[in-house]
Amino acid sequence: MKKAFALSLLAVGLIASTAVTAGTPDARLRQMAANCNYCHGTDGHSRGSIPSINNLPRDYFVQQMKDFKTGARPATVMHQHAAGYTDTEYEGFARYFATR
Amino acid sequence: MDRRQFIQSSAGVAGLVSVGGLAGCTTTASAPAVVGTKSRPKVVVIGAGFGGATCGRYIKMWEPHIEVTLIESNNQFYSCPTSNDVIAHHKKMDSITFGYDNLKGIIDNWVTDTVTAIDTNKKTVTTAGGKTLSYDRLVLAGGVHLEFDKVKGYNAEAQKTVKHAWKASPDQTGVLAEQLAAMPDGGVFVMSVPKAPYRCPPGPYERASLVASYFKKAKPKSKIIVLDGNEDLASKKGLFLAAWKKHYGYGTDNSMIDYRPNNMPRSVNAATKMVGTEFDDVKGDVINVVPTMIAADICRMANVRRNMDGTPGPWCPIDFRTYESMFVKDVHVIGDSALSNFPKSGSMANNMAKVCAASIAEMCNGRDPVSVPVVANTCYSATSGTTAMHVAAVFRYNDVDKNGNKIPGGEMKAQSLPGKGLSDAESEIEHAYMEGWKANVIHDTLAL
Repeated sequence: MKKAFALSLLAVGLIASTAVTAGTPDARLRQMAANCNYCHGTDGHSRGSIPSINNLPRDYFVQQMKDFKTGARPATVMHQHAAGYTDTEYEGFARYFATR
Repeated sequence: MDRRQFIQSSAGVAGLVSVGGLAGCTTTASAPAVVGTKSRPKVVVIGAGFGGATCGRYIKMWEPHIEVTLIESNNQFYSCPTSNDVIAHHKKMDSITFGYDNLKGIIDNWVTDTVTAIDTNKKTVTTAGGKTLSYDRLVLAGGVHLEFDKVKGYNAEAQKTVKHAWKASPDQTGVLAEQLAAMPDGGVFVMSVPKAPYRCPPGPYERASLVASYFKKAKPKSKIIVLDGNEDLASKKGLFLAAWKKHYGYGTDNSMIDYRPNNMPRSVNAATKMVGTEFDDVKGDVINVVPTMIAADICRMANVRRNMDGTPGPWCPIDFRTYESMFVKDVHVIGDSALSNFPKSGSMANNMAKVCAASIAEMCNGRDPVSVPVVANTCYSATSGTTAMHVAAVFRYNDVDKNGNKIPGGEMKAQSLPGKGLSDAESEIEHAYMEGWKANVIHDTLAL
């Protein structure tokens, strides 16, 4: 019995390991947030003339993205990138970069 | 069975589950490794350009447990972005030359070598140096293969003096810069634009702009003939033409740039410095011929360079959630080699690499790849030594067509952006942002 039980657990283990769970929201968020890095630096720490975006208050971050999208804040390129993401995604970015 | 025995057998199961996690790192039904061994998923990345270097770095950042091997033939990283500034003597080679030392400190196994064979059944990569490396997943980031054989006379001998400078290096970028420096004032620079799709769509027009800016200052009687294999400027047409008019007399009798569409180079004569098109033989004092492009040769070795129907083709069809080949399991293709609607740019390769890295990290943990990935492009082009402009794009994953049918591998829909993602006009501030982008993309890619 002991052996059989162990084997059945082994089988369960195999099934559990091959079944895929849904992609984690965090994985998608960090992938999308990392889009920003080639201009704003890894984790938003900029090395050049483009502003850093790490460690900003979340509300401020989200409001800037919304203002870029509406044109309330003039931009060379950010109004265009802002148009490619949703408000919920802005909030994700704000959360992600706030702690970097 | 008592509690102690249960824990013991559970420990065995736990061991198997973790190995199962390793099996989850592959999509093939391979036998799990021996229970109890501390095997780690093995990812081999070939190519340490903007795609491969970023992919290796981000896999280690997001799932350090994965053992990453990176195979790169060059000892240093040469940036194609801003290499036209070197050709035009605005900058030196050292401004586009970077070391791999920081990345070598992150990657588990760094192999400086050339890949000679890939066996996707045995899941091994063989190098010229005689190494055989096994993988659970393979990432191909080889960029483009230049089709010299499509231009008559562009053989190894001709390549000694005729430069493409489309893959940056001292022998290409550096030599072309020297050739232009040695050209007498009043000379003619003949440069070509390959038929699309090719690496860096605005690159040729930036090259014409920056060489014109150099001539304007150093050799004002000189001319540039642009032989374009396309029917029109393939990128940022309005912005480049405006800059050419403003800075280089384009549209007047004194234009420094003579732009000729539908002029694909068919032959090269290195001795007479002649470029032949279907219509003409064009003689220059310096000639710069860029052949047409297909996916890197490593993609042929892995049998992933195909058309969508599976027949041999120029690029590599991939699934946009993972960048895994549509045809060969556990082989991923990122950057310029992939078949996509993306511009073949450093920014895109960097972003594609992160989707691939994120999904590999997820799958190696037995989870689904990233759902609905979004990637973005930002391409700056200089129009003079002090001005630049951009095109931007954001692409969002979609896998259902209008009729509700599943699209195999999905598609990346370009989002509607103001001004079609283009600058309104060139500006000095965008030249500063271009330099900022450069500093950060190099830092992000190479961990510098």
